[in-house]
Amino acid sequence: MITGSSVGSVEGYGGRRTWKGRLAGLRRLDWPLFLAVLALSVLGALLVRSATFQLLTEQGKDPEGFLKRHILNLSIGFVLGGVVTLLDYRLLRAYVPILYGLACVGLVAVLSPLGETINGSHSWIVLGGGFQVQPSEFAKVGLVVLLAMILGEPRDGEIGPGMRDVLLALVLAGVPAVLIILQPDLGTTLVFIAVVVGMLAISGAQKRWLAGLVGTGALAVAAVWLFGLLEDYQVDRFTAFMDPDADPRGAGYNARQARIAVGSGGLFGKGLFQGEQTGGHFVPEQQTDFIFTVAGEELGFVGGAAIVALLGVVLWRGLRIATQAADLFGTLVATGVVCWLGFQTFQNVGMSIGIMPITGLPLPFTSYGGSATFANMIAFGLLQAVHVRRRAFD
Amino acid sequence: MNPRTHFRLVVLYVMVGVLLLVLVARMWTLQVLEGERYERIAAENRTRDIVVPALRGMILDDRGRPLARNTSSLVVSVDSTTLARLEDGGEAVLKRLAGVLGTSYEEISKRVRLCSPTVKRPCWSGSPYQPIPVEDDADPQRALQIMERQEDFPGVTARIQPVRTYPEPHGAGAVQALGYLQPITQEELEKRESIKVTGYSGVDLVGRAGLEAQYDRDLRGNAGYRRVLVDSHGRVTGVADEEKPVPGSNLVTSLDAQVQGVAEKALKEGIEAARKGGSPADSGGAVVMDVRTGRVVAMASYPSYDPGVWTGGISQKKYDALLGEKNNHPLISRVTQGMGPPGSTFKVSSLAAAVKDGYDLHGTYNCPGSYMVGSRAFNNFQSANLGSMNLHTALVKSCDTIFYKFAHEMWLHNGGKNAPPDAENPMVQMARGFGFGSRTGIDLPSESTGRIPDRRWKREYWEATRESSCKGAKEGYPKVAKTDPARAAYLKAVANENCKEGFVWRAGDAANLSIGQGNVMVTPLQLVRTYAAIANGGTLHTPRIGVAVVRPDGKVVRKIDAPKPQKVPVDDKVLAYMRKALADVPKEGTAAGAFAGFDLKRIAVGGKTGTAERYGKEDMSWFASFGPVKEPRYAIVAMVSQGGYGAQTSAPIVRKIWEAMYGTKDREPILKDGKLPTGIPEMPGSGTAP
Repeated sequence: MITGSSVGSVEGYGGRRTWKGRLAGLRRLDWPLFLAVLALSVLGALLVRSATFQLLTEQGKDPEGFLKRHILNLSIGFVLGGVVTLLDYRLLRAYVPILYGLACVGLVAVLSPLGETINGSHSWIVLGGGFQVQPSEFAKVGLVVLLAMILGEPRDGEIGPGMRDVLLALVLAGVPAVLIILQPDLGTTLVFIAVVVGMLAISGAQKRWLAGLVGTGALAVAAVWLFGLLEDYQVDRFTAFMDPDADPRGAGYNARQARIAVGSGGLFGKGLFQGEQTGGHFVPEQQTDFIFTVAGEELGFVGGAAIVALLGVVLWRGLRIATQAADLFGTLVATGVVCWLGFQTFQNVGMSIGIMPITGLPLPFTSYGGSATFANMIAFGLLQAVHVRRRAFD
Repeated sequence: MNPRTHFRLVVLYVMVGVLLLVLVARMWTLQVLEGERYERIAAENRTRDIVVPALRGMILDDRGRPLARNTSSLVVSVDSTTLARLEDGGEAVLKRLAGVLGTSYEEISKRVRLCSPTVKRPCWSGSPYQPIPVEDDADPQRALQIMERQEDFPGVTARIQPVRTYPEPHGAGAVQALGYLQPITQEELEKRESIKVTGYSGVDLVGRAGLEAQYDRDLRGNAGYRRVLVDSHGRVTGVADEEKPVPGSNLVTSLDAQVQGVAEKALKEGIEAARKGGSPADSGGAVVMDVRTGRVVAMASYPSYDPGVWTGGISQKKYDALLGEKNNHPLISRVTQGMGPPGSTFKVSSLAAAVKDGYDLHGTYNCPGSYMVGSRAFNNFQSANLGSMNLHTALVKSCDTIFYKFAHEMWLHNGGKNAPPDAENPMVQMARGFGFGSRTGIDLPSESTGRIPDRRWKREYWEATRESSCKGAKEGYPKVAKTDPARAAYLKAVANENCKEGFVWRAGDAANLSIGQGNVMVTPLQLVRTYAAIANGGTLHTPRIGVAVVRPDGKVVRKIDAPKPQKVPVDDKVLAYMRKALADVPKEGTAAGAFAGFDLKRIAVGGKTGTAERYGKEDMSWFASFGPVKEPRYAIVAMVSQGGYGAQTSAPIVRKIWEAMYGTKDREPILKDGKLPTGIPEMPGSGTAP
């Protein structure tokens, strides 16, 4: 049923790094993962078109403008993913300091006058010519690789990382996290937390570290809440999440409109490009953070569940890759990606259907975006890279 | 792979699976279980129903001249629900608006608050969910500022709307007949919605009085609606469904603007003249009726008001002025709701009753200066002894004593003091036959019944007042006694009598009724109908103002017909006799002075003066008339409360109306060929005139 995964070849593992060898390794790709990502990308592109063509028409612009941009982004993304797949991920360790440094520089640049504020978050660097970069997306990649390197050091005798490694990991993860909090980008911060906790756990860190981390996190949340460190809009979003009908025109608007769009889709939806809520642009940011509402309205429960299932396939294959990785480093890279994409999936779909508060996170492989798409594709490439070089079945 | 990592990976598998299942489960409840509910919400989300009000029909006179119509003006309205949603409750918006409109914030905020028992005008009496007009005739430049800076003026709109105006052609306001409009209240709106009558939107006005209320259904038309598709910003992206409004029909009335204008002017001048003569002349009415059809040609009421006050929300001060005692209730039509004893104009009824009871129409009767009814002397007007005369002269000279005698004798004959409540009472029966004591059934929402006192009424009245009468009889009137002992004694005697036998229908009651004095009350409309019946040979019409409901394109929706008329219980020859007698009143009778110099050859008018005494007040002045005598066409009645003698105040008012209708040597008649149009006139152009 599933090809590729059952091929018991060890050819790519430790093989000579020739182009021929690398291409031969493609046969060892995780095809279900590939197909799921491809399906999500195609579906996402259609949904992006649906979310944007009416508004663009009204504005007298090219109705396929967003679609074309998105296809370009996806193409670049697949190329990036392909390149990463072909890399020997173990060599990444050598580049981690550079990757990490670049991410931090990007995040600092965002906070400098170079940064742009879009939708309340100071998360963007505008490059001109209509291009812009969101360094926090790439920082996720950097975080995963960094933590994998620190926590995945080969150890003798010890099951998990020692105190030194854990503290180092926390400090190094904390720097970009703080920079992201300053943007402020609550969503990405939460992704960071999910990734750190997940990777620490899988690395075999002792329970007291995990408990301590979770406890510190809870304390931090309490402190943030008590000392009013959240921006007003974040508090409003949270209140709106608790009671979406409290302020239907204000903070609760997005949540309410999202629920209406999804709910009105019913079992089978209104048909692709036929969504009336979507056509009337009732849901803001629909091509990015609220792309799932397009699916919910136009493709119904069946379509929405299919997207969740496809993302489920991605996560399942990711976990499988983590389990079968040749070394702890590979396991941790795959785990980090799974935690990242898994949290983002739950958070994004959850806020579209009213079980999570609203934070600005795109739906992996589906939402419109440049940096996010590239970062997701790199993550996909990392999974494939680990998979291609997995250990042989015993 | 170490076992801890492996175990924790398994935990992660489970966690991911659970979270994804949570998502799918939630989607199931949202989309499948609650899908229909959200589909409904979504539909409401996407569409807005805009009520397109129907243009209200005009009220036209007999020649198609608009008495009420619509003009378009730029109306600035405020949506109070939008304002309420703003952080400061819209204060800043209203302040800016006041700045643009050149008024004060206080004034505007008063206008947009909702009326309640404790909140007085200016306030909004309509539905809170509808835009509240704050400026009815905005300057286009200022309105443009508002529309261009919508972000500064959320909830404020300026659009062209029809506004009801009353053009008063030829000075014909007819305000009490036309009535007025007020915003529909929320309760009325809800009531309408429950029976799904398409017609009102809250921006609509509803007739509150007069013809505007009576023919509201015809005039208002059917509001249309437009269901538009909107996007998240409320921008209209298309029309899903549309039902065009059906404009209201025009109401053609029998009122003639020229005659109406003359009647209003004559009434006002007559009242002013009476005031100059020293009478209070507090109010009055004048009415012109077509005796052949019962249609009302003019009805004037004094005091009156400027109908423009209704446009654009009325201030409490102005509203109080309209309702208040101080200005003597200018909203009330004295023609249909003003009433009082009719005095000698009532004698036509008494004469007919006497003849029906057996008195000889052609007999000769004595008219002494006074007539003893029991122990009390009932005097003639100024106690004049006029000698013996026939009934013709009795009407012309307005002899009272002859009628006292008739009344007294009939009273004795029918059982006198101890007669049972249902004993014969020919004068009362005849008065009822002429339509007194009950509503005429005119097509107006408010009308007084008047009163014909009889045994039954006396008993009811006694029962209602016995307590206070008996108290007065027992304790006397010590307060009055301090200043006027004679009056106090009189009051005590009256109270004593009323306490003991106030229910008795006494001879004095019968005598008073015979000459239209005492407790009898009639309205000018009842009286004009009676004289119209005498003029037309005995047909008692139900008065009508409305003639037809006509669509703007001229198609007649329906003709307004009165119910089948009644016949007065009087022989034709008696009516003819009375007409002849009444014809002599302006010639040589009580109205000869008032009609001095009136060209009776051009237009022979018959009439009767009436001067009704009222305790503690000046006399009520009446004149009732019909003409031309040979071929009667119109009946005209004027009444002035506390106006002095009938001949002095009311007869000149009626004379002026006749002169205007039929012309004088120096004046073109309004009636070109002796009559007014009775058909349906051509409709004037669209309701909204520039």
